[in-house]
Amino acid sequence: MLLLRFALQRLAISIPSLLLILIGVFILLQFAPGDTVDALLAQIGGGDSTLAEQLRQFYGLDAPVTVQLGRYLWRLAQFDLGYSAIYGKPVAEVILERLPVTLLLMVSSLLVAVVGGVLLGIIAARKVNRWQDTTISTLALLFYATPSFWLGVMAVVLFSIHLDWLPAGGLEDIGGGLHGWQRAVDIARHMILPTLTLGLIFLSVYVRIMRAAMLEVATLDFVRTARAKGVSENRIVTRHILRNALLPLVTLIGLHAGTMLGGSVIVESVFTLPGLGRLAYDAVMQRDLNTLLGIVFISALLVIVVNFLVDLLYARLDPRIRAKGH
Amino acid sequence: MSLSRRSLFASVSALAAAAALPRFAFAADAAAIDAPKAGGAVSVHLAAEQRILNPALRASTGVYIVTSKIIESLVDLGADGKPVPVLATSWEAAPDGKTITFKLREGVTWHDGKPFTSADVQYNALELWKKHLNYGTQLHLSLEAVDTPDAHTAIFRYSRPMPEGLLLRALADLGYVVPRHLFEGTNPLENPANTAPIGTGPFRFVEYQRGQYIIAERNPTYWRKGFPYADRIVWRVISDKSAAVAALETGQVQLSAYNQLALADIDRLRKDARFEVSARGNEANAFNNTLEFNHRRKELADVQVRRAIAHAIDVDFFAENFLYGTGKRATGFIPSNSTAFYPGGSFPYPYDTKTAEKLLDQAGYKRGSDGTRFSLKLLLVPNGEDVGQFATFIQQSLADVGIAVEIVQLDMAAALSTIYKEWNFDLATGWHQYRGDPAVSTTVWFRSGSPKGSPWTNQHGWQSDSIDTLIDTAASEVDPVKRRALYAQLVDDINRDLPIWFATERQFVSVTNKTLKNHHNTPRWPSSSWYDLSL
Repeated sequence: MLLLRFALQRLAISIPSLLLILIGVFILLQFAPGDTVDALLAQIGGGDSTLAEQLRQFYGLDAPVTVQLGRYLWRLAQFDLGYSAIYGKPVAEVILERLPVTLLLMVSSLLVAVVGGVLLGIIAARKVNRWQDTTISTLALLFYATPSFWLGVMAVVLFSIHLDWLPAGGLEDIGGGLHGWQRAVDIARHMILPTLTLGLIFLSVYVRIMRAAMLEVATLDFVRTARAKGVSENRIVTRHILRNALLPLVTLIGLHAGTMLGGSVIVESVFTLPGLGRLAYDAVMQRDLNTLLGIVFISALLVIVVNFLVDLLYARLDPRIRAKGH
Repeated sequence: MSLSRRSLFASVSALAAAAALPRFAFAADAAAIDAPKAGGAVSVHLAAEQRILNPALRASTGVYIVTSKIIESLVDLGADGKPVPVLATSWEAAPDGKTITFKLREGVTWHDGKPFTSADVQYNALELWKKHLNYGTQLHLSLEAVDTPDAHTAIFRYSRPMPEGLLLRALADLGYVVPRHLFEGTNPLENPANTAPIGTGPFRFVEYQRGQYIIAERNPTYWRKGFPYADRIVWRVISDKSAAVAALETGQVQLSAYNQLALADIDRLRKDARFEVSARGNEANAFNNTLEFNHRRKELADVQVRRAIAHAIDVDFFAENFLYGTGKRATGFIPSNSTAFYPGGSFPYPYDTKTAEKLLDQAGYKRGSDGTRFSLKLLLVPNGEDVGQFATFIQQSLADVGIAVEIVQLDMAAALSTIYKEWNFDLATGWHQYRGDPAVSTTVWFRSGSPKGSPWTNQHGWQSDSIDTLIDTAASEVDPVKRRALYAQLVDDINRDLPIWFATERQFVSVTNKTLKNHHNTPRWPSSSWYDLSL
């Protein structure tokens, strides 16, 4: 019950910022020269001005900007995200089609990044300044410094074109007629390269954070006390050091939720995944205002939810926060 | 079948002299290629998703590459570039050019089983082509009625003479017919058949997964008996160029048309034995790199300055080094493969910086103390990666003759609106696409009076009464010989005045996996029906 109240409270606080974000994006897009009809004419290679007028009327672009904004907010108040100019159907429907792919990519990349980052970070910290630490730290630095689009393209060249182990792109085999488990395995095979491409960058950050946090916590008094009590080394690491060292990492995950959505634009393009990132890119290029605002709305909600979960996790990891928070 | 033919060739050749051996090998290969096989799935690269898949509402290669397999046009272009029958079997123009009668194919049915009749053609011409189809609205400006005396005759009535050649060449692109019974009484722009197309073509629409793929399958009741060969076509949506090349190299897609790959990759695949990389089958899709002048700038209103700019840019060097040899210097606005109109000749302003400098001096724009004569703002319309390169090439070439150029880079929608709606440019560069007849695609670039905001039309502040008259006369000249002569005259006039410069002349290049047979055998092949394509 307390949790639910906490959740609702957080959501209520976010509403004004959500509104500000939406109005901001709306106004920002008005500054971009060209509207969705210009984009359409570009796509079809031209057309005369009566055709353009007719289309502007069709898309509701003939009204003044303030009226358009008013219409948009009024619709939003009724939980209606409007109609997509590119897709010719309700924005909510378009986004719901694309959301699962992006969520799958985000969750799997985050898992890879967190699990890999924590494990490698622990190893590096335990073997500090030994060859294991040097190898892990160097690799982490290398992956952190590599742009994700390059990493993705190189992964495709190596694993798809030369070795022919994994598919080059797409979400699943087209027209393979696969169902149930077979389909899940097929999708998993398609997701390996994108997940690694997106995950490795965050993994390399987490490795460094984890290593530093572990080393710092290891010097604190309570660890020395535990060691003096004769607690086994493994137990010291898992129960005493790790739990405390996780806090900065958890903070970062919350901050990274938005960055990951941004990163998915590139990864989804390189691997031709039908997710929100690519949809956002198309919406900008095609000046599809409703779709773009819809994506911003959903993304903002996602970031809010992730940060809420992070807060909960925080409280679990460190009881002191709970005591202070409520 | 092919095996027995091959062995027949083998036995015949065995009797022949040893010197004939190389020929025998060739003949056997040819026999194997000539025998098409039925079945199999063809996978095609689709670079940009279209909002609607209806070629009767949207005239663009991005729409045709999908829909022309499902929906058919009245005519197509044959291997020799001349119109050939598809849904229309024959046509006849009245001597005054004001009526053109089409006989329509009998026994053709829509994919939903209803018969195709002249009523469909009438509805498409009057309600879709004339009212909504880009380029169609202009073409059919003087279309007054389409009479349907019987189910297989459609008579187009124009208030002004319509040259038969113009109409037929245009109809290959602008004559696609969608079923009247699905569109009549609805708002055609919102019709569900726009994304689940129904036509008369060799393939039937199956499924469209936005952002992923489109699938069409063999139409078993297609009117060309025994066709098509392929069982299904899958279009994969791949917007990233490097991802598209990877898909080609791994065999995920077998065809990428209309220059949707990086030019460097196209050039690299040329050396790959698995692919045919060629402009073959794209003869009807010629295009140019343009240099557009804003004549509201006093320097550019002077023809000597425009000529000087043309003299200052080494187009051959650009074509060789930036386009990987896939283009050449244009001689005028009509491309050399437009057999019906190309007048020959040469471009009057060859690369010559000395002449360029002299012309600029004569025009009164001497170099200032910093070596600069004047500065210009160059906008680019990012049709392809080479546009940005051409812009940089223009910038550096003009710097050599003392004109400073600032490049303004915008995305597509912004560039079109800035140039053609706000007129906020000095120079602009992009592509001009030639659509088979100057009256369809090209004379709008020179004709004055185009309403503000129409992209790729004369928004340049340039006007010439004599050229306006010439354009109007040619558009309604029914004698093909006279019409050809009028356009030759127009090419000369445009080259003289240079209101816009079409600098390069290019054809689209397709990359095709050699597992495909019978491909690129007509001049607008990527936009044709692929009824005889096989694996």
